[in-house]
Amino acid sequence: MGKLEAGGDTMKITIKDLPIKEYMLPGNASCPGCPASLGLRMLGKALEGKFILVVPACCSTIIQGPFPKTSANFPILNIAFAASASAASGVAAGLEAQGKRDVQVVVWAGDGGTADIGLQALSGAAERGDNIIYICYDNEAYMNTGIQRSGATPYGAWTTTTWTGKKEFKKDVPLIMAAHKIPYVATACISYPLDFIAKVRKAAEMRGTKYIHLLAPCPPGWRFPSDKTIEVGRLAVLTGMWALYEIENGIFKLTGPSIALLDKSKRKPIKEYIKLQGRFARMTDEEIEKLQKYVDEQWEYYRALVEMGKAKTQE
Amino acid sequence: MRKRMPSQSNKNGIGGVNMVQSEVLTGNYAVAYAVKMSRVQVVAAYPITPQTTIVEKIAQFVEAGELNAKYIRVESEHSAMAACIGAAATGARAFTATASHGLLYMSEMVWWAGMGRYPIVMAVVTRAIGPPWSIWTEHNDVLAHRDSGWIIFFAEDNQEVFDLTIQAFRIAEDEKVLQPVMVTLDAFILSHTASPVYMPDQREVDEYLPPPGGRKLPYILDPLNPLTHGNLTYPDHFMELRYQIARAMENAKQVIVEAGRKYGEMTGRYYDHLIEAYKCNDAKAVIIAVGSSAGDAKDAADYLRNQGLEVGVIKLRTIRPFPVEELREACKSAKIIGVVDRDYSYGYGGIVHGEVKSTLADTKKPVQSFIAGLGGRDITVKDFINIGRRLIEMADKGVGEQPPIWVNLKQEVIP
Repeated sequence: MGKLEAGGDTMKITIKDLPIKEYMLPGNASCPGCPASLGLRMLGKALEGKFILVVPACCSTIIQGPFPKTSANFPILNIAFAASASAASGVAAGLEAQGKRDVQVVVWAGDGGTADIGLQALSGAAERGDNIIYICYDNEAYMNTGIQRSGATPYGAWTTTTWTGKKEFKKDVPLIMAAHKIPYVATACISYPLDFIAKVRKAAEMRGTKYIHLLAPCPPGWRFPSDKTIEVGRLAVLTGMWALYEIENGIFKLTGPSIALLDKSKRKPIKEYIKLQGRFARMTDEEIEKLQKYVDEQWEYYRALVEMGKAKTQE
Repeated sequence: MRKRMPSQSNKNGIGGVNMVQSEVLTGNYAVAYAVKMSRVQVVAAYPITPQTTIVEKIAQFVEAGELNAKYIRVESEHSAMAACIGAAATGARAFTATASHGLLYMSEMVWWAGMGRYPIVMAVVTRAIGPPWSIWTEHNDVLAHRDSGWIIFFAEDNQEVFDLTIQAFRIAEDEKVLQPVMVTLDAFILSHTASPVYMPDQREVDEYLPPPGGRKLPYILDPLNPLTHGNLTYPDHFMELRYQIARAMENAKQVIVEAGRKYGEMTGRYYDHLIEAYKCNDAKAVIIAVGSSAGDAKDAADYLRNQGLEVGVIKLRTIRPFPVEELREACKSAKIIGVVDRDYSYGYGGIVHGEVKSTLADTKKPVQSFIAGLGGRDITVKDFINIGRRLIEMADKGVGEQPPIWVNLKQEVIP
């Protein structure tokens, strides 16, 4: 695969820059092909274990393993569903009050815990600029409770509460977070680990609230075979269903493979992404067309943001 | 509120050459000063009437540099308690305050703090729950959290509010306890009413409390010694964790008494009982009260004693742990007990009444429930005099327990 760039042209890392040590230990309780446990593994290597993880109700509550054992080789504060950002603010304040430095405070929350029930606390923390990294691993539904739709579920997706497909579009949490004018907002995808790791490391070097939204294709929830997690994630990016970008101090930049995709002809049709997943099996051609149009419009929005970013950089 | 004397130790100079330092403070400011003197490290708070002046005053202390704390101005009470839990999980001393709907909104995290055994201190200004909107005192808000694993104190006056708040940190952080502590004070009657409050020296408080962050709390979050808080627990282990909370609550009884005794050695104000038994030794009828009305009950007992009626008063200082042993002892001579609840459990009766009744069940003594002062309606000394007379009358006639009596209920306006 060679060298992958992240953060536009601002930061380069290779797999050789990562520690050999594992922080997410094997034998955990995740499903086969689980993107959340992959993400935790990457996070552990990105921060080399020097962090406290705050986890609300989500799949990772189970993945870490039941008491009295744990698969996490880093400390975890499990907390109630709506409370992850505020609990993290408290952890950060507690560490600071005691002069304990060099420890990152990281939230690891699902899309339901972020886009829905946890949004208020997240918005509060971001408005206050509390010194935390908030990572939403987005598997696009309430997977832990058995695939119910969330605000982050995409249009057309079957879930156990949208049997005929979701009628609304995905809530755009990263751009909601960007509207908070926090120092760093980024998107990532489990299929591009070095891009994700570089973004986590960049976030760790900044003070204030940092937000990273990590797309996490879920085999049982999205209805695809468990050996296809990485492939589905790649197609999410290459079709433009998911864009990799970062917004650093208000400047928007596409990153990695998404840089080339502003040009519509370079993007694969979303159908290639959709056809791999059982959750979209009932979508009609009209619905797919509607979703394709939505994606294309979103990219026009990104184009405007890229232009604004360029103009700002030249100032 | 009854009149208080300055502390004996200050008069006699025991424990140093300190002067009597007294301020005229509202209950809310008494909390704020105690929080400052306790060197709290993290405060997370959200405004709600009638609590707000507590966190306003603390914000002043922090911004003036008088209290070296991180102050998180959260966007809700749910977040306030979550932030306190996060701070406490790192070993920091954390405080918040709330009331009524704020406490209910926070409720999930109140339980999380109790079951997670985070030694947080919270002031709760008791206030009725709507609808209809009411900003005045009632105890249902606090008592809804009776079983949440918190130690729950009710204060009678502003001096006790101050003293309890300082003791609360010592009790919560004691390794035999490690449970959060609620200090409750009645809306407006205490929260916004000013009275003299005697305060110890900062130096004395520093000796009384363990240094914040300096004590070695077990099980704090630290990447060098990674462990998880609160992960999924199967039925194989769950009961043992709950039993340890039950044991900690039982331990708390002794720790509270010890903390109150030590506090007495420092200030002359001893709080070395879970209850205050007032003229109970030979009492025929005992009135049980919690919170600010306990003082009025004691005034009523004085009056009735002058009339030759043997009435005593028990003030319950803690609702959790429940002072079972002390209560049984103090009720020994009583022929009848009356419990005045500023709360109601619909379909059952007064909440405190139920607790007292089950404590005294084997004595077969009548325990009469009185419901009074809901939504902040005054409970006057005269009301307590009437209650005392009624109890004596019931005892003399050998009348058993009646259904709950709603004091001063305006039957004529009820459709």
